[in-house]
Amino acid sequence: MRFTRALSAAVVLLGLAAAPAAADSSPSASPSRDGDAPTTAGTSFRTAAEFEQGQVATASGAAGDYLYWSFPADAGQRPTVKATVKLPETHAAQTWRVDVYDGLRRRQACQWGAQARTAGAGVSSVELACVLRTVRAWTEPWANDPLPGTYYVRLTAVDVPTSDLGVPVSAEVRAESKDIGGAAAVDGSLAEPLVPGIAVTSGADEGDERDRGAVLSAIEPEDGWSSGWWSDRWVWSGIGAVLAALAGIGGYALTRGSGRPSRVPPGA
Amino acid sequence: MITRTRLAAGACALLAALAAGMAFPAGASAGEPTGEDAPKVDLVLDVSGSMRTRDIDGGTRMAAAKQAFNEVLDATPEEVRLGIRTLGADYPGDDRKTGCKDTAQLYPVGPLDRTEAKTAVATLSPTGWTPIGPALLKAAGDLDGGDGSKRIVLISDGEDTCAPLDPCEVAREIAAKGIGLTIDTLGLVPNTKMRQQLSCIAEATGGTYTSVEHTEELTDKVNQLVDRAADPVVTPVATEGADACAKAPALKSGLYTDREEFGQQRWYRVDVEPGQELRASVSVGADRAVNPSYGVLLRAVTVHGREIVRGEAAGNGRTDVLSTGLRYPKAESDDDAAAEAVCLQVTNSFSVASGVKTTPGLPLELTVDVVDGPGDSDDVAAFGLGRGWWLLGLLVLVGFLAGLLWGWLSRWRFAIWRTN
Repeated sequence: MRFTRALSAAVVLLGLAAAPAAADSSPSASPSRDGDAPTTAGTSFRTAAEFEQGQVATASGAAGDYLYWSFPADAGQRPTVKATVKLPETHAAQTWRVDVYDGLRRRQACQWGAQARTAGAGVSSVELACVLRTVRAWTEPWANDPLPGTYYVRLTAVDVPTSDLGVPVSAEVRAESKDIGGAAAVDGSLAEPLVPGIAVTSGADEGDERDRGAVLSAIEPEDGWSSGWWSDRWVWSGIGAVLAALAGIGGYALTRGSGRPSRVPPGA
Repeated sequence: MITRTRLAAGACALLAALAAGMAFPAGASAGEPTGEDAPKVDLVLDVSGSMRTRDIDGGTRMAAAKQAFNEVLDATPEEVRLGIRTLGADYPGDDRKTGCKDTAQLYPVGPLDRTEAKTAVATLSPTGWTPIGPALLKAAGDLDGGDGSKRIVLISDGEDTCAPLDPCEVAREIAAKGIGLTIDTLGLVPNTKMRQQLSCIAEATGGTYTSVEHTEELTDKVNQLVDRAADPVVTPVATEGADACAKAPALKSGLYTDREEFGQQRWYRVDVEPGQELRASVSVGADRAVNPSYGVLLRAVTVHGREIVRGEAAGNGRTDVLSTGLRYPKAESDDDAAAEAVCLQVTNSFSVASGVKTTPGLPLELTVDVVDGPGDSDDVAAFGLGRGWWLLGLLVLVGFLAGLLWGWLSRWRFAIWRTN
């Protein structure tokens, strides 16, 4: 009787344990808030236009321009950058390319997605995509794995005939991430996210910062950078401990039968 | 909870900003650069004879430019110091030498008097040569001084007619003076040669080139460029790297620029205390036509020459910059160890076809951040915690076995106690 009760409790707990696993696989909802999305792009790392994940940043430029944006990505996220370039009615074949760089201006590899595409003559738009690796809270200094911080997006025509140089185009960029959750929770964390110029901005007090006006990157996710100590590994480990304890009680109960030694006669 | 407080704080700040905006509609707010830091823009307009051509929306190129200028002058942000320079506006003759000196300041760079500037623009009529190179040099002079961002917007309808002074090289020289100047170019109804020349000028300074066929496009683009100048941008500090670590300049956290010639190496030094992390990134710009394959290497080296960590980047094809970075967390030490001087070496493997000028060197941008070091990582997983069904299975199995064992042991002990 006691054993069956323990077993049913274990089943309930198992169900609970499944919840975080199920939550991991669903993509994080990132509602589009275009209200304050940038409508221009920068022309260098220094002047990159900042946007939040889920926003659609737009810009008008010219074929041959290097368009820069930046967005924040935090630990446990796997960002996907998508870009759409609208080309004028008449143009020759041209190749467009999107590159993603991290806060240290290191080029980040795309796991998959069409990073570069050639638009044939007269094609009205090109769609590009880049799925980055999962952002980890910590890596060894010699690795170039993605770390929490600023991510730069550079969109440009890598192969544009002279006849099309300077022809007006418009571009649209958005970044969304899949939440990888506890599976990507690594030990350790950075003292400061990989945001360029953070040593200058965090060193200056509030007053100073206002005087400066300009910072290299003022980027921060909507709800701040994660502190890095929480992950669903706590839930898994905790539930594991509870289950182990219950299984221990169950095993103990099996050896004790009804709780009285079997050789003792009922009336003794 | 944190989100909520933040929201509330944000709302307060917004209200305060709105109130401040109402109280001083035209006044400079705290974040706006004033005086020395004000962004400066010099519009350089081609007033050469060819501007008479009627091919923009049925009117002359000059009419289109005038209309665009009027609209731009109306929309110019308060804090921007705007000036107008003309080229080819005064000398109608055939003497090349005189024609190639024909550039004048129509409206000086300074606080904008819209009416005055418009009147000045209205007097222009297409006249002479197209001395782009000399005009750029003079425009750079107009913008001299101050710490704010500087931008030249060149509007032209023909290529430079004043060879051998290559405007592209002029642009590069101007950029190399380290005054943080960008040249954006706009080509009115351009032909191939002009596109090449104007985009070359733009690329030499990290600017943009746009072809214009309609008045509206011209207005929008110039407005966009003037607005861009008004955006506050961090101005890099000019530095000069040495050819060896011992002589290298000591840098602190910040943004620096330098020039690096082809095949040259540049050394810088950064002091890193124990428990701090050095973050450095470097971008080398391709401001002229470079050969297709190239690379950049950034190395952090101890004063004794041991390499600590490196960042490398390579690429091919058309590019504006090639950049890489590195991170070096210096371990905490128990005794009061002094700061370590870390040498940063930057080398590039850009190359140019013969005939392309190799001086001045390529623009180099270096960001240095010295921050607190990262936390320790003793395990692959966060806090060494486990996760997944295998873990649960194992824990349940081991727990069950332990329970069984414990039960049997206690029964055995009970049995022995009874026998005795």
